Amino acid sequence: MHKLDPRRYRQTARTAIGDPVLQGALANLQHRLKTATAEAYQALAEGPGLRQIAHDIRRRAIGNLDTLLSELAERITQNGGRVFFAADADEAVTHCLDIARRHGVKLAVKGKSMVTEEIGLNPALAAAGIEPVETDLGEYIVQLAGERPSHIIAPAVHKTRRQIGELFARKLGIAFTDDPPTLTLAARRALREKFLAADMGISGVNLACAETGHMAVLSNEGNIRMSTTLPRVHVAFMGMERIAHRLVDHDILIRLLCRGASAQKMAGYVSYIGGPARPGQSDGPQEFHLIIVDNGRSRILADQTFREILYCIRCAACLNVCPVYGKIGGYPYGFAYSGPVGAVVTPLMTGINRAADLCQGETLCGACRQACPVDIDIPRMLLALRAKLAAGDRDWDVVPAHPAEARLFDFWAWIMGRRRRYDAALSAARLLQRLLPRENGLLRRLPPPLSGWTESRDMPPVAPQSFLQRKRKRGK
Amino acid sequence: MSSSSTLPANPLTRPLAARPGAVTLFAQCLVDTFYPEVAEAVVTIFARLGMAVDCPPEQTCCGQPAFNAGYRRQARAAARHFIEVFENAGDIVCPSGSCVHMVRHGYAELFADDPGWLARSRRVAERTFELTEYLVDVLGVTDLGARCEATLTYHDSCHLLRGLGIERQPRALIGAVRGAHLVEMEDADRCCGFGGTFAVHYPEISTAMTAEKVDHIVASGAEAVVGCDVSCLMNIEGVIRRRRLNIRAIHIARLLAAGCREDLWHA
Repeated sequence: MHKLDPRRYRQTARTAIGDPVLQGALANLQHRLKTATAEAYQALAEGPGLRQIAHDIRRRAIGNLDTLLSELAERITQNGGRVFFAADADEAVTHCLDIARRHGVKLAVKGKSMVTEEIGLNPALAAAGIEPVETDLGEYIVQLAGERPSHIIAPAVHKTRRQIGELFARKLGIAFTDDPPTLTLAARRALREKFLAADMGISGVNLACAETGHMAVLSNEGNIRMSTTLPRVHVAFMGMERIAHRLVDHDILIRLLCRGASAQKMAGYVSYIGGPARPGQSDGPQEFHLIIVDNGRSRILADQTFREILYCIRCAACLNVCPVYGKIGGYPYGFAYSGPVGAVVTPLMTGINRAADLCQGETLCGACRQACPVDIDIPRMLLALRAKLAAGDRDWDVVPAHPAEARLFDFWAWIMGRRRRYDAALSAARLLQRLLPRENGLLRRLPPPLSGWTESRDMPPVAPQSFLQRKRKRGK
Repeated sequence: MSSSSTLPANPLTRPLAARPGAVTLFAQCLVDTFYPEVAEAVVTIFARLGMAVDCPPEQTCCGQPAFNAGYRRQARAAARHFIEVFENAGDIVCPSGSCVHMVRHGYAELFADDPGWLARSRRVAERTFELTEYLVDVLGVTDLGARCEATLTYHDSCHLLRGLGIERQPRALIGAVRGAHLVEMEDADRCCGFGGTFAVHYPEISTAMTAEKVDHIVASGAEAVVGCDVSCLMNIEGVIRRRRLNIRAIHIARLLAAGCREDLWHA
């Protein structure tokens, strides 16, 4: 089992960069989806400008979250479902375990859900003697391997079909093959038995609808439909921000979600669930529970600077274009959410100092924002997180992360305040750089704190005369 | 990318007669310190257009390095100095997309709680232009009479492309250079891995990104990569030279000022 911890960002990233199989898989994923997603936005009947409309829909929903959630809860309760608001991960997990115990659950089939990753549901179920079985093919592979998902939508993106073939041969007792259809069929056969034997179905929620009291769940494998209708009890987990006001908002958001996630016009299966089976209905669970998870989201909601990250609909489009994610994959982010969205969400949910590397480990290139179906300004929030790390912040319990670097920037600001000082600094640099090794006119090695630059790059020396010094001389 | 085709004609474009007699140059600290020849080239370009270039001698840095690293108090100090130096200038031209992005968008964030400085920063921001944007959109010029027999590829820098929406302007300028043949590399719009302090703090991730960029440059068959930001070029060239590849990294101003290939290859 990979130990997920954002404090190991650099270390885990280094391992990922050194893994040629992973590098190939990530390049392939990004190559496939980057252009396809951009084209899918272009092909929208309303044009790519729909992203801004979706942004406004999300802004309004998050601005009215309290009323929308109570409207949703009321309607689900009216329809015979039960709703529980969990303040944190523990409450959410405990509530689910209570339901399971009441029903004597031994086996739970799960649709893909990142919020259950976030709260650590699977290990808690296992510890309570309940077998959780992931039924999304990618999640199933990752679970069999004893790993964690490395991508929000494509959890097993880091594995090759050869590795999967070996895994299935070992775990499912089939003859080795790396033929994807054969492997899929083997998983399907194994999962079919689990679906039929399960006492409980667990799912996430892609987007709830306050107006109708439904929650939409999307999949391409039909596994969520099986998980939510076959077992006696269905427990759905929902991050408290995953709600829209009206059904017409769903039309826009779900079309964008599918395009952002996989450049699809629409997922293969879209279900709207509003409660347990009604009397006389042959399909559906006898009991339906919705667990709405806060787990730090209220704190984010209360801060105008970061509220925008709650607009996220977890499509992973930002992962598919991020040049950093493209090199390091999902594990270095050390939490359920990886890539650019993880770099903002994880510090806010698990501690900004603890996840400092996530805030700083990007280039602010803006590809994430351009790919986001709801136009979230992730670079702006990364900058805001860095500002908190630089100066400290009482509201978020942040202590200044790099006091020495702060002093360097104090000195830098003092130099930049007067040209005279700037020129003096250049003269000093010219003297110091005489001590450094050169090759073909470039510096081979810089001293700390700049030594990282020259680990794999040369550096030009400070010019004998700066442009303004040349001008001044000529002017005389 | 299709964003450029949907951009409306720039309302700023000025007819020939309304061109100012001079522009004010913000050289950018990296150009001033490491690549003074780039600023010289900007002066040459405007001289060819019959325009003088004024260089305020007190200029230093826009504040971006501190801002991007989170040090806002320190960034504000540099930004205030920038505003004081440039607020009485006419059109300000800078050969860097990321610095112009800082002045146009970063200052608004930096001075969000300071109405006085916010207003002053806005007035400066409205008149600050990136070089290729100024040439193509404001002056309406693409042919600067440059000549350079070479196969070139163009790297889109992040703040220039996604922050300022500048994509077709540099390509139009390169396209008008006599003898130059522009070939597009794969993923020209992908970050080169510079990212300011990122390159120093996370060198492994940074160079993995730069290596990919350099691979794409090599695969394009170009003899040189042209860009609008020396920060990216310094990073790309750093890897090119470490790998001992025979490829140049050239700022677009130098290309546009070139009279022949030798101006760039044997300088």
